[in-house]
Amino acid sequence: MSKAKPKVVIVPCSGIGKPYGTVSREAAYIVTEELRPDQTQLVPLSLLVLGDAHARAAITENVAVTINGCKLACSTKMVQESGGTISEDVSVLDVFRQHRELKPLGIAVLNSEGLKLASVIGEDIARRVDELMADAADSSRPRKGASKHA
Amino acid sequence: MPELPKKKVGIVSCSGEELPEGTITRLATLKVLWELRPDDTVTICLPLFLAGGQGERTFAKYYPTFAVDGCDRRCAAKGTEKYSGKLAASIVVKDLTAGGEMGSQEGKGRLNERGKAAVEKTAAKIASLVDELRTGHSRQQEVE
Repeated sequence: MSKAKPKVVIVPCSGIGKPYGTVSREAAYIVTEELRPDQTQLVPLSLLVLGDAHARAAITENVAVTINGCKLACSTKMVQESGGTISEDVSVLDVFRQHRELKPLGIAVLNSEGLKLASVIGEDIARRVDELMADAADSSRPRKGASKHA
Repeated sequence: MPELPKKKVGIVSCSGEELPEGTITRLATLKVLWELRPDDTVTICLPLFLAGGQGERTFAKYYPTFAVDGCDRRCAAKGTEKYSGKLAASIVVKDLTAGGEMGSQEGKGRLNERGKAAVEKTAAKIASLVDELRTGHSRQQEVE
């Protein structure tokens, strides 16, 4: 049986208290549904924490990108506690500091600036996903001249 | 008799990203918090709660707390019970709706008309449970 193709797991915090949590959620949807649907997998944080076997397997068998809405970094903490490897730890606040014109407002529904901020984050993550997939392809390719018997 | 501070009800929504019902829990919770019962409710951030937020866990331990879940895996309810004890109520969106697709073709984070109706129904259910709880508390205080 062939092993499932590796994917990059995306874990947003989806915090409900501030717009930055909603931005993390939107950015995760942008990557997993629009930009890189075949290379990524969205894993809900709550399922992971409660020990869902599929969510845990996705985390331990693939590399993860976490997206956090605040400095408490719940998503990062939870992925680490679940035994996952984080290749990119995205802070919505840090990205906002680089794009001050994109001030997110609204938790239920983001304003247009918040949606643009989510797009910026989504595009950054998509580029990172491409790098990770390229690295994975390189490492699985047999090296020229390498001996079969080490 | 001195007037004691009003005891608020905590609402924890699963906000699951995997299903449109997770978005429904999130939007219904915010509707109750901002529109339907703003003076009686607070929301508790589930990721923070699960990641060890002591303020959130202590609130849920001593104040009546509702869990609102999108599916029968009940992550919000199980998480809250695990760290803070018995819930005042547990609501599952799939139990309140007739089923069918609730996400729009634009993605799981966007709801179709059925999904939007489910937000209203879920929010109304949460608000009625808040009222029941408050009425129960008032009656208990009258008896005491």
